[in-house]
Amino acid sequence: MNAHDTHLHSRTDDGIAPGETLLHVDNISLSFGGVKAITDVSFDILKGEVRAIIGPNGAGKTSMLNVINGFYHPQEGTITFRGEERRRMRPYQAASSGISRTFQNVALFHGMTTLDNIMAGRTLKMNKNFFWQMWRYGPALDEEIQHREVVEEIIDFLEIEAIRKEPVGTLPYGLQKRVELGRALAAEPDLLLLDEPMAGMNLEEKEDMSRFIIDVNQQYGTTIALIEHDMGVVMDLADRVMVLDYGKKIGDGLPHEVQSNQDVIDAYLGVAH
Amino acid sequence: MELLYNIFIDPFVQMYSLPDFFLQVLWEGFVAGTLYSLIALGFVLIFKASGVFNFAQGIMVVFSALTLVGLYALGVPAYLAVVLTLVVMYGLAFSVEKLVLRHLVNQPDIILFMSTIGLTYFLIGFGELLFGGEPKAMITEELGLPTGDTVFDVLGGIVVIQHIDVAAAIIAFILIAGLAIFFNKTRVGRALRAVADDHQAALSVGISLNQIWVIVWFTAGIVALATGIMWAAKSDVSFALEVVALKALPVLVLGGFTSIPGAIIGGLIIGFGEKLFELYWGAPLLGGGTDSWFAFIIALIFLLYKPEGLFGEKLIERI
Repeated sequence: MNAHDTHLHSRTDDGIAPGETLLHVDNISLSFGGVKAITDVSFDILKGEVRAIIGPNGAGKTSMLNVINGFYHPQEGTITFRGEERRRMRPYQAASSGISRTFQNVALFHGMTTLDNIMAGRTLKMNKNFFWQMWRYGPALDEEIQHREVVEEIIDFLEIEAIRKEPVGTLPYGLQKRVELGRALAAEPDLLLLDEPMAGMNLEEKEDMSRFIIDVNQQYGTTIALIEHDMGVVMDLADRVMVLDYGKKIGDGLPHEVQSNQDVIDAYLGVAH
Repeated sequence: MELLYNIFIDPFVQMYSLPDFFLQVLWEGFVAGTLYSLIALGFVLIFKASGVFNFAQGIMVVFSALTLVGLYALGVPAYLAVVLTLVVMYGLAFSVEKLVLRHLVNQPDIILFMSTIGLTYFLIGFGELLFGGEPKAMITEELGLPTGDTVFDVLGGIVVIQHIDVAAAIIAFILIAGLAIFFNKTRVGRALRAVADDHQAALSVGISLNQIWVIVWFTAGIVALATGIMWAAKSDVSFALEVVALKALPVLVLGGFTSIPGAIIGGLIIGFGEKLFELYWGAPLLGGGTDSWFAFIIALIFLLYKPEGLFGEKLIERI
């Protein structure tokens, strides 16, 4: 399948060429009361790359994703996405400007079917007004059908045809993670944030998920930032890796550079601070 | 022996020997049932969209009816008063979102539930301040609702059908059918269900919680007004209506808290059950007055055997 003959693609009109900066966060500090979750961290994500964020438990990785996607508002620093600088992101802004995400503990709408979950991911793409929606008639119905096509394509891509009509609450964990990825893809994001996409999976499921991540990155040109604990996976998938420890950035670079960085090794082996 | 006869045989003999009376009872049950369904619908809407049992639904019924009657008393024409009341209900939905819900995102459901209890007492006080505490008559005729009755000769007797009851049933069915389609088949409906399931996930796909909450509380306000007009047309507009609204609880237990068709079937079962039991068993054997508690007994039995209700979402929990 080629990106050109699908409905699904990243925005192309944003004027950012592959390899240029898509997002950069500058001097972000975030604290909850007296607890400093992130201290003065800056880094960037280039368009088209797979960027990994790693670090020991409690290092501030998920907090960083939450800052980017607007769930947390940092006390200091700025976030620049597609050239637009913001003091704080709001979840709605993040979603509407092209940032999608998945969660560490799958956050699906469990009462709804796989299909409805992924359709919900297209919320921002559907804009026929409330009046038509009320009657599910005319333009709203056409729109529903058109979006259904895109959703079917995603279902096809993720090989989850068989569970299309299942309520997601009944699905095994590995499949739930896949549906969650589908929901994030449905928004046709420019930047996809994946919070431990492989946590709790067995080897086979991890291989499947890795393949999907690579395909999303290469076929659709979607930029990906991911948090992952499995170093094998990170070294294979990531173009560049950032390392956090106790809320501070201790390493940033190509996978093999990070791997041989003494600070990073110390952080993982637990040298006294 | 006579007791057993009175329980198991006599009621059916009477149903058979006085079929016109039996039909009348069924009709009364049907009417009560549709009205219960309407009230339950208001609860289901908010429960579906925020996972919260809205304790304030009852007082919203009273408040909207009082506003309507109050505006009319000020000289506003009846139809304009309905429109203005809807504007007031929108204002209420907007303020509830702005002042209460917005600050409680991601809080446990019980916190949101408590906030609706707070809202109830606020609305009681505010309503009494604005409109006073004495009962008022509903402006049924002015709204163009039929008031007369028709007497049918059937099965060698008569059955009396109030026109207002027919109107109430029709309005209830239109509202319920419309809302069922809206919830299950549209983007906004899906967004409503998504918000109920998971706030964070809903935010991450770009659903605006604030907008959804205003929509759903406003819809509940519309349903409250319809309910208020219909109930008050049968009695009058007073704060006592708020207690009637609690009758929706057994309806919800029966139909399931998340199902719109469940609200209607549950309402009808309660309506029929209550009237039949009262007239054939309650009044002769227990001295009457059973319709104030019979519904709750049915609900208790359901809770034991089918706690998610007839149409509710089954709780799925993976361990």
